[in-house]
Amino acid sequence: MTYTQADKNRLRWRSRRGLLELDIVFEQFLEYDFDLLSPADLDVYQDLLMLPDIDLLELVDGKAETTDKRLAPILERLRHWQVVKTQ
Amino acid sequence: MVNVAKRQFDAVIVGAGGAGMRAALQLSEAGIKTAVLSKVFPTRSHTVAAQGGISAALGNVQEDKWEWHMYDTVKGSDWLGDQDAIEFMCKTAPEAIIELEHFGMPFDRVDSGRIYQRPFGGHTANFGEKPVQRACAAADRTGHALLHTLYQRNVRANTQFFVEWMALDLIRDADGDVVGVTALEMETGEVYIIHAKAVLFATGGAGRIYAASTNAFINTGDGIGMSARAGIPLEDMEFWQFHPTGVAGAGVLITEGVRGEGGILLNANGERFMERYAPTLKDLAPRDFVSRCMALEVLEGRGAGKNKDHVLLKLDHLGPEVINHRLPSIREIAIKFAGVDPIKEPIPVIPTCHYQMGGIPTNYKGEVMVPKGGEPEVRVNGFYAAGECACASVHGANRLGTNSLLDLVVFGKSAGDSMIDFIKRERPVHKPLPANAADFSLSRIARLDAQTGGEEVAQVRTAIQTVIQSRAGVFRNSANMALGVTEIKAVAERVKHTQTKDKSKVWNTARMEALETDNLIEVAMATMISAENRKESRGAHSHDDFTKRDDENWMKHTLFYSEGSRIDYKPVHTKPLTVDYIPPKERTF
Repeated sequence: MTYTQADKNRLRWRSRRGLLELDIVFEQFLEYDFDLLSPADLDVYQDLLMLPDIDLLELVDGKAETTDKRLAPILERLRHWQVVKTQ
Repeated sequence: MVNVAKRQFDAVIVGAGGAGMRAALQLSEAGIKTAVLSKVFPTRSHTVAAQGGISAALGNVQEDKWEWHMYDTVKGSDWLGDQDAIEFMCKTAPEAIIELEHFGMPFDRVDSGRIYQRPFGGHTANFGEKPVQRACAAADRTGHALLHTLYQRNVRANTQFFVEWMALDLIRDADGDVVGVTALEMETGEVYIIHAKAVLFATGGAGRIYAASTNAFINTGDGIGMSARAGIPLEDMEFWQFHPTGVAGAGVLITEGVRGEGGILLNANGERFMERYAPTLKDLAPRDFVSRCMALEVLEGRGAGKNKDHVLLKLDHLGPEVINHRLPSIREIAIKFAGVDPIKEPIPVIPTCHYQMGGIPTNYKGEVMVPKGGEPEVRVNGFYAAGECACASVHGANRLGTNSLLDLVVFGKSAGDSMIDFIKRERPVHKPLPANAADFSLSRIARLDAQTGGEEVAQVRTAIQTVIQSRAGVFRNSANMALGVTEIKAVAERVKHTQTKDKSKVWNTARMEALETDNLIEVAMATMISAENRKESRGAHSHDDFTKRDDENWMKHTLFYSEGSRIDYKPVHTKPLTVDYIPPKERTF
């Protein structure tokens, strides 16, 4: 699908989670990477956001592997933002 | 008045965490037309973060009694908890757990098939004599399992969820009765009036008022803010639970076991400062003492980092072997959330806020109670609260571990029962809405739409967090808190002029954050002013100029009114429902 600014804002809102560990990763990702996603990436990102927080955290942490191959590239990008830069 | 769309339900619940969904289930199963509003998808509420477990004196593993659980809770509360509410919670706990089991919650089990119970700090047998195994859990996913179980049951019971709706304000009529809420549908940007016979707030805590917090970003105290703006006083907001070592700038916790393994705390000068405060115990002094020393180092200018706002937890002297073998998850957390490898560099840490003991004043039935006509506790008709946003008060000045999830299910259910009773007996038809029901909310949105030349929301939010962290954190004294009161009042003025660049209607996340900040500032003001006024040390409120608990003058609940920043007090409930009063003792462990 095509994404309007409002659609993108909706995905930004849905990136707010119940776990602080995820919020921290998504905060960095939204700031520096989210706007670079293609419409096809955004389709996948939308699906990724449907996962329960606990499962999503395990995937982002690399403690579990997804069976859905489409999610792998976006998870890779999220993992990149997991390591915060030294303060 | 602008024409505002209206929706009508018997019961409206704001918040879809454990408390909100437990109440919703009670109502829907009784055939009450119930709506649940949630700003995020229900199973993404912060309840999901609870790992420790949920306590009940089931006695499945060792002999246990609810009276012992009650004693631990009263003692934990440092005698600020209401003993009728504590009795109710502890006595009801076993039944509440069995109910969850019947709902399909996947608890860990012992061989006989009964629910397994594990040990947890502060849980004792025979009134403090020895540790007892009382915590029930679903692996390390107890909160997650609770949310999913309750959500499924609610879907089955036809609870109507309004997902991604943000409640804005409480609607009270000329009698002060609650008749509904206003809410913003994010998808359309429209404001609605939700007309209800009974309203329950179950909006969770507001740990985001602190710069260092374990709370998810959604924990902005929306129900507390709405209550404060509607003239409801807030109870015991000076009491917040902290962990000593959260990763600075992130909030993720580093277990205290790290210091047991030999980790030491350093200030910016590389000094092992705990040697100065506690020459014998040093870094292994009790948790609250270590927290206060850390905060004092920062306050006196010896903090590390470019903002001098944290201290350092040094592990490298333990060697890679010990770190990799005994503390692998700590190394992982440090690399991820602090950007340092503790094999080579120290971890920046700071005392970190975890849980809010105070909130909207209720009794053990979940009914919101406020002073009126000389009486300390009069029911606000049609208004209920449960969970972390409410103050029943079972946690008093400090919460016992695993009592938070219990609070959600016990008081979620009892609030639901009270609402059913109220709707059936006292308000069978909707009480009319006042003529101006949505005006206040609309004016708040209109202000944001028209605002130019104001400050960015993020900047003002950071200002709130900086003041509260440094003035109402773990280290408290008269001079510092007086400064905090002046500073937070100045920030409150700035909140009135926050500006968002985005003026669009639909999915305007900047607007949402501005509205959340309106709630945060109410919590922050209540916290700072309530703390400044309490001239004793009790539970989590540790006052350097008044270091002892003072039962004669201060065994009372604080009530803070937003209007005029007025403070009032009300007595602690010293009469349990059926058992004898547990009289105050020195708290020693």
